[in-house]
Amino acid sequence: MCGIVGLFLKDKSLEPQLGEMLTDMLVTMTDRGPDSAGIAIYGGETEGKVKLTLQSDTPESGFAKLDNALRKAIKGKVDMSVIDTHARLEIQADQMAEAQAFLKANHPDLRMMSHGESLEIYKEVGLPKNVAERFDVRKMSGSHGIGHTRMATESAVTTMGAHPFNTGLDQCLVHNGSLSNHNSLRRSLRRLGVHIETENDTEVGAAYLTWKMQEGATLGEALESSLDDLDGFFTFVVGTKDGFGVVRDPIACKPAVMAETDQFVAFGSEYRALVNLPGIDNARVWEPEPATVYFWSHTSAPTAQEKAA
Amino acid sequence: MQSFDLEAQGLRALNSVLHDQAANTNQTVWEINNPKGSHAIAVGLDAPIEVNVKGSTGYYCGGMNKQATIHVHGSAGPGTGENMMSGKIVIEGDASQYLGATAHGGLIVVKGNASSRCGISMKGVNIVVQGNIGHMSAFMGQSGNLVVCGDAGDALGDSCYEARFFVRGSVKSLGADCEKKEMRAEHLEFLKEIIAESGVDAKPEEFTRYGSARTLYNFDVDNAGAY
Repeated sequence: MCGIVGLFLKDKSLEPQLGEMLTDMLVTMTDRGPDSAGIAIYGGETEGKVKLTLQSDTPESGFAKLDNALRKAIKGKVDMSVIDTHARLEIQADQMAEAQAFLKANHPDLRMMSHGESLEIYKEVGLPKNVAERFDVRKMSGSHGIGHTRMATESAVTTMGAHPFNTGLDQCLVHNGSLSNHNSLRRSLRRLGVHIETENDTEVGAAYLTWKMQEGATLGEALESSLDDLDGFFTFVVGTKDGFGVVRDPIACKPAVMAETDQFVAFGSEYRALVNLPGIDNARVWEPEPATVYFWSHTSAPTAQEKAA
Repeated sequence: MQSFDLEAQGLRALNSVLHDQAANTNQTVWEINNPKGSHAIAVGLDAPIEVNVKGSTGYYCGGMNKQATIHVHGSAGPGTGENMMSGKIVIEGDASQYLGATAHGGLIVVKGNASSRCGISMKGVNIVVQGNIGHMSAFMGQSGNLVVCGDAGDALGDSCYEARFFVRGSVKSLGADCEKKEMRAEHLEFLKEIIAESGVDAKPEEFTRYGSARTLYNFDVDNAGAY
């Protein structure tokens, strides 16, 4: 099954409550998939800086003096804060590639969960309630965020198999469903030089979108072509720096409910996830159409593009 | 009237008390508050009672219903009225996917729109939708009637048997072996009655009938070589 929630705030006064609202929504979806959970939060940015979130199975040793080592290696400013198994590093934007190369070469056991100016991803094995507590998600503020709770069907229950997946700078993907052509697509993408770490189907979907965008497609175009190239069931929610998008496969078995008011746009795998949002009784509530790419953005008007059959 | 707070008293208590109602119960009208999209509200009822759900419901509301009238004052989640045998379900808002799947009898009325796979494998139920229905509706429909006052999505009535479909608006595409059919007096008469019973806003002569072309499920001697 899996459960997805998403919340995009139009009303800035709600931003301090984003973590609280998103956590409640995600916990409500626990029985759609209790084996791992994750959250992508767009929590503001500092001019000229980027944030990396890293995960370690042994955070005490894995993150020990990591900031000093990185500072020395890139000869730049590094701010590190460790939250449970994750560390959040803030560095100069123009040093990101250098920092990533250093981490890859010297700390191969650390997994990069996200990179972006605004995006932070936290995910672990466990119930949504416990994962949210470990990372103190309730205290997080931001303009929009996406949460996922997983019921694994295609690959092992591991941190790397949890969602959201980071697909590019400030971009992430969560998935409800199962891709049936992920093995052949993984082989094709690997032949093209795309790095795919696990046997997880969604990671292939994420890698596919990343690759499409590296080839010059916009996120909207990449999502549209996913309707041709991905086989199986999917409801995808994608996060971008200034908004979020939704697309369902043409069969649209996997549930999706949306609600919109003057204050927010919300996504839930079920209406249950949305019932405690402010003003929900007067919200416009609807199901996104199959094979249609929707986008909401803080910087432009919402769009819905039906893919020609 | 009996009142029940679902959030405070819980789903098992609700369904258990509704199951306890006998044919001659004096507690004929029930009001359920705080449904909040919960699953399996008022499933498996078997008494001539009226249940008013004051809000939106989740999966399978009114599933397997016999005799009862269930009125959802909100929208209904996936699989509402699945395998209903008799009675009535009225949904004031929209209905999610596979409304009335495999239902054998009774009437389901949707005042808003119904999503994909509405009436999938229907086996005798009547479904009336004031708005539109989604793709793959009435897939493998066997009997009963699907009446749509708005438009139908892709692949209406794919692989259907003897269920009848009446659509007032457009049909995006017909499924395999589903075809347009003539409207005869008996169909107009049926529509007149069901429109009155369900209280939707439409006139019988505005509808077009669709149904099985009967080429898919009948044995054809010309195909004998293929077996």
